[in-house]
Amino acid sequence: MLRSRTFVKKTRKGNVIKLVKEHYLRDDIHCGFKECRNPDCLQAKAKLEELAKCLQQHEKSGSKLTPLSSEIEPIDSLGKVYIIPDTNEFINQMDIFENPLIDNVIVLQTVLEEVKALSIVTYNRIRSLIKDNGESRNWYVFSNEHHEKTFLDRTSSESSNDRNDRAIRKATEWYSEHINEMGVDVVLVTEDSENRKKAAELKVKTMKFEEYLLSKKDCSHLLDMMGNVDIKSESNWEGYTPYLSTLQINEGLKEGFLIQGTLDISPYNYLEGSIYGAVKELGSTEVKIHIIGRKNMNRSISGDKVVVRLLPKSEWKKSPSLALVDEDEDAVVKSEELSSAASEVNPEVSDKNEDFYPKKKQKTDSVVPELVNTDSSHLLDVGEPTAVVVGIIRRNWRQYCCFLDPNMEKSASSKAIGISSNVFMLPMDRKVPKIKIRTRQAKELVGKRVIVSIDSWPVESKYPLGHFIKVIGNAGDQSTETEVLLLEHDVPYYEFSPKVLSDLPIEGESWIFDPERDGVSNGARKDIRHLNVCSIDPPGCTDIDDALHCVILPNGNFQVGVHIADVTNFVKMGTAIDQEAANRCTTVYLVNKRIDMLPPLLGTNLCSLRSNVDRLSFSCIWELDSEANIVSVDFFKSVIRSKASFTYEEAQLRIDDSSMNDELTKSIRELNNLAKKLKARRITNGALTLFSPEVRFKLENDSQDPLDVEMKELKETNSLVEEFMLLANISVAKQIYSKFSDKSLLRRHPEPPQNNFLSLNKSLERFGIQLSTQSSLDLSNSLDSAVLEGDAYFNTLVRILTTRCMMQAVYFSSGTLPESEYRHYGLATPIYTHFTSPIRRYADVIVHRLLAISIGFDTGSTLMKMTNSVMSEQCNMLNKRHRMAQHAARASVELFTNLFFKNKVVVEDGYVIQILQNGFSVLIPQYGIEGIVYLARESKISPEKKPASIVYCKESNSLKMEGDDNVVIGLFQKVKVSLQVDDKPVAANVSSMRRKLTLNLLEPNIPGLSAALEKKQMLLEQSKSSSSGISDNQIIQMVENMTSESKIQV
Amino acid sequence: MLIFSEYLGLRIDGRRANELRKITCKTNVIDYTDGSAYFEQGNTKILVGILGPREAKQRSASQTTQVTLNVEFLVSPFSSVERKKRSKYDRRSVEIATSIKQTFEHVIIGQLFPRSQIDIFIHLLQQDGGVLEACINATCLALIDAGIPMTDYVCAINAGYVDDSPMLDLNMVEEASFDTPNITIAVLIRSGKICLLQLESTLAVDLLAPVLELAKTGCKYIHSVLDSTIKESTQSMINSVTL
Repeated sequence: MLRSRTFVKKTRKGNVIKLVKEHYLRDDIHCGFKECRNPDCLQAKAKLEELAKCLQQHEKSGSKLTPLSSEIEPIDSLGKVYIIPDTNEFINQMDIFENPLIDNVIVLQTVLEEVKALSIVTYNRIRSLIKDNGESRNWYVFSNEHHEKTFLDRTSSESSNDRNDRAIRKATEWYSEHINEMGVDVVLVTEDSENRKKAAELKVKTMKFEEYLLSKKDCSHLLDMMGNVDIKSESNWEGYTPYLSTLQINEGLKEGFLIQGTLDISPYNYLEGSIYGAVKELGSTEVKIHIIGRKNMNRSISGDKVVVRLLPKSEWKKSPSLALVDEDEDAVVKSEELSSAASEVNPEVSDKNEDFYPKKKQKTDSVVPELVNTDSSHLLDVGEPTAVVVGIIRRNWRQYCCFLDPNMEKSASSKAIGISSNVFMLPMDRKVPKIKIRTRQAKELVGKRVIVSIDSWPVESKYPLGHFIKVIGNAGDQSTETEVLLLEHDVPYYEFSPKVLSDLPIEGESWIFDPERDGVSNGARKDIRHLNVCSIDPPGCTDIDDALHCVILPNGNFQVGVHIADVTNFVKMGTAIDQEAANRCTTVYLVNKRIDMLPPLLGTNLCSLRSNVDRLSFSCIWELDSEANIVSVDFFKSVIRSKASFTYEEAQLRIDDSSMNDELTKSIRELNNLAKKLKARRITNGALTLFSPEVRFKLENDSQDPLDVEMKELKETNSLVEEFMLLANISVAKQIYSKFSDKSLLRRHPEPPQNNFLSLNKSLERFGIQLSTQSSLDLSNSLDSAVLEGDAYFNTLVRILTTRCMMQAVYFSSGTLPESEYRHYGLATPIYTHFTSPIRRYADVIVHRLLAISIGFDTGSTLMKMTNSVMSEQCNMLNKRHRMAQHAARASVELFTNLFFKNKVVVEDGYVIQILQNGFSVLIPQYGIEGIVYLARESKISPEKKPASIVYCKESNSLKMEGDDNVVIGLFQKVKVSLQVDDKPVAANVSSMRRKLTLNLLEPNIPGLSAALEKKQMLLEQSKSSSSGISDNQIIQMVENMTSESKIQV
Repeated sequence: MLIFSEYLGLRIDGRRANELRKITCKTNVIDYTDGSAYFEQGNTKILVGILGPREAKQRSASQTTQVTLNVEFLVSPFSSVERKKRSKYDRRSVEIATSIKQTFEHVIIGQLFPRSQIDIFIHLLQQDGGVLEACINATCLALIDAGIPMTDYVCAINAGYVDDSPMLDLNMVEEASFDTPNITIAVLIRSGKICLLQLESTLAVDLLAPVLELAKTGCKYIHSVLDSTIKESTQSMINSVTL
């Protein structure tokens, strides 16, 4: 059984401890080629098959064990070859390896282990690539370290790197001899010339990756993805300071003169970053430490975990922040003149417009009034600590959606395809600096959205170096922009893989309920198809998660049941479909499309509780008394047959129509009565009714262009369903927590800290309203009384602003927090979870599994896999995806708002909801959008119109006109604004690539801020006649003449 | 941590799922004992000495119908990376000693030696996972070497369930991963009965059968090793007598 020699490896690490590990060498490692007739390999194959049988894993037979084939397409100059890339190829070129064109690859164990040590992310990417596509793309991992013929001992004079290189060469040599008779050869791919030289001595073929790509068919376009940008020495640029060594960093952190934190870039100013950390001089509490300017940020990018050193107190930040919104925003004209003169692409040209912070500060200070959130302005007297980045602990680089720097377009478009040149790509995310890439298709990139990845940021280079990955599409297209926002929010939107789809029931659409298979016959699942179950959902809903029923019991109580789609019956733990769902975590709803968590067959068909078909469900049945108190509760898996699926409106009509008295209608009425009682009780317990503006777009059917925008409406029946879902969630939370107190998935909503409400309360003082925020009950009551005579929208406005003071609700595993932290503040319940939407939320899927185990439906083997670490990791993932899904949905609304306002000028009433030092934000209830009106902008105003006339008044938190106390802009004030989208061609400049909605103030009329009177007239007229086709140019001209401008920030 | 990689098909040290580590063993290694054995399984190294059967030292502890087993388990301070001295009364040591005592009480034909005791001294020289299994195997060898009548061979092995696959003979790295369920079983070879089953962490009931199945095949292999060792040493004894 055991045919191996024992080796002992000693390694030293950290505190110098001796590790002794066994290392067995074998003679039965297969080369991976199914045609291989070598006796060793034949024997190995037999043994592998025996092992698979022994472990009862039949699926891992034959082809899976030996996936490689000698029948491959020959490459012109090389014949049939497999490539063996070295470690650095994977580290640097992983994006290319992921391209399906790259096939016939042998990954050596030595390489894999080195990759793992260098970058666990790349290692995981290789692994999942081999797992998913290994067979189809001819990838194979060869365990050369355990093969007796390819294992090498490290010699005394050799570094471990040298040893590994030698091992790679040795394995390549072995392969080239071994597979020679099959007419196949191997090529070692490495950039290291020393390595290539030594390999040549062994008569092993070697190549650079670039050479390989050039000789392989159809692969030359992949060359763009190689990130080899050459750095030219840049004039008057002294370079960044090198980072400290790991040793120095560790020492510094220990001693406390270095501080670590995650870099966060200000949304207002891309040159201003900050981290949170404890500063010795200021006590032990964490404070915001500013890192100002590129030089001080020292090659770190938003999200990187950095180590900083404090600057001396004399350099601490005393002046308030500046508003620099876009990188290179106004640089277009100047550099165009320059670059037209320069025949060659010269990326350095545009740099002249943007220098380092101190200079910019002088330039802008005099003109731009500070955009400061007024809350923090009191801190400025003491000065805030500033620091400089001296090291990076972990990079948080990802792939960025970018567009070509408009400054380079002219020269780029004159380039013929195929000639490589360096260009700058500006990321959509304003916080990320532009990225220098090398491309052969600069011309193709003009006006496109492109994905770019950062490779490195060497000391000599002012900007990070990266490589091209792929073009998404034309900027401004609805589909391209939707894809961009999905990518930018890290939403996995790719199609479901064949592997995932193979986990679906084989019957497909024709799947029907089978009492034998689904456990009704043996009593595990209850048959309740006779009950009058119905579902109530929004119109057009295809993924019906939940259904309800209500029966009056003989004793006068009510039996109420909530039936939730039994997703876990189809999504078994650990299957590919489960892993996919666990990664997606949630369905993402965009304006024009839905990114499903589960394949549509399940989501909209087999799991969806459609009417008049048998569907599996997980039921939660209560006995409620006439006051809606819970007498008892029961959970079981069931099969139901929904009698009808109503929309909210239909259900409401049935309740209201007294002529209808069938069983179904009666039960809906009973449910409605009970729901009202439940709601009343919930509110007396202190549940909050909050509000955030939600919009609905009416889309044109074919083009999906938005036709109209409206606010979502709520009906009584919405709350009917909601009440019972809340009740079900709470009951389930109690049940799973009572059984698994250490690993229940729950949802909590932390109480907001009191000072979150300070500024809101201060603003409300003016209206004689005081929000009491001691508890959620107090808050709920005082919100009800916060009404203003004659302004119906006022209360909603207060609720919107209160919502923004709240904390985020989060998922967590019950073992990780003390029980006192479980409370859900908004719903005023001590324990809560999500159970009712397993089709669109993965959290519910986990809860379903826990519940199934708790009632004995499932065995504990699923529970075994839910270890605490797995659960808390999954919770983090859920929270992250959930947040991102919300952001993506909002970004989608923004996108469609912009499309809607394209070629339109609309005048609307709005409310001031936030005062900033050089502007104010306005909420427009009609569309539920919010935007900032800036007082002035650097480039657009001439000195005499300087907005010195408008000053920020700290006491009243308002903006006043100097010398005229009548003109005031304060919080909650009603204003009139015009909305339009900057409608220059998309590629015209930076701001139009990052398309935004602009707001202009019309009323009250403030000279120098509001649009001039005659222009206002014009705008009003045009807004009326905009449908009658006004030329775009006129609007553009007008926009440019405006004295105040703003950007929408939904 | 990934211990078992489905692409390589090999574990961290190059074994496959159903392979044991290399076993080296020898009996009759210490002259002052009545029986002794040295047992190596991979990097786990164990020395066992047996004294007895002899008259019970403490009258109170002796039984009138049975032999009394007295097991002492000692961990040498240099047995692992952390050089910590463990007393023979620490919980882990006591637990292992008790397990061994209970395992062998039923195998040794104790009725033959009433009012007497057998002392088993186990020294763990070096540890690399599978300590209990190695102790049982080593004790079994030493008892045979001491000529104590037993009904059967007792062979032990541990097995776990890693990455959706049952796995035999976990080493320290594999054991150390927090969630890995780890079963140690001791089997009476002729009857096939399991006389010890110890589980660390949790293992789902439906996974127990395949893990046990694999563990039993492992025990059979161990038996073949032990048996050949005994036969060899007996042969050499015979040879020395005839000389």
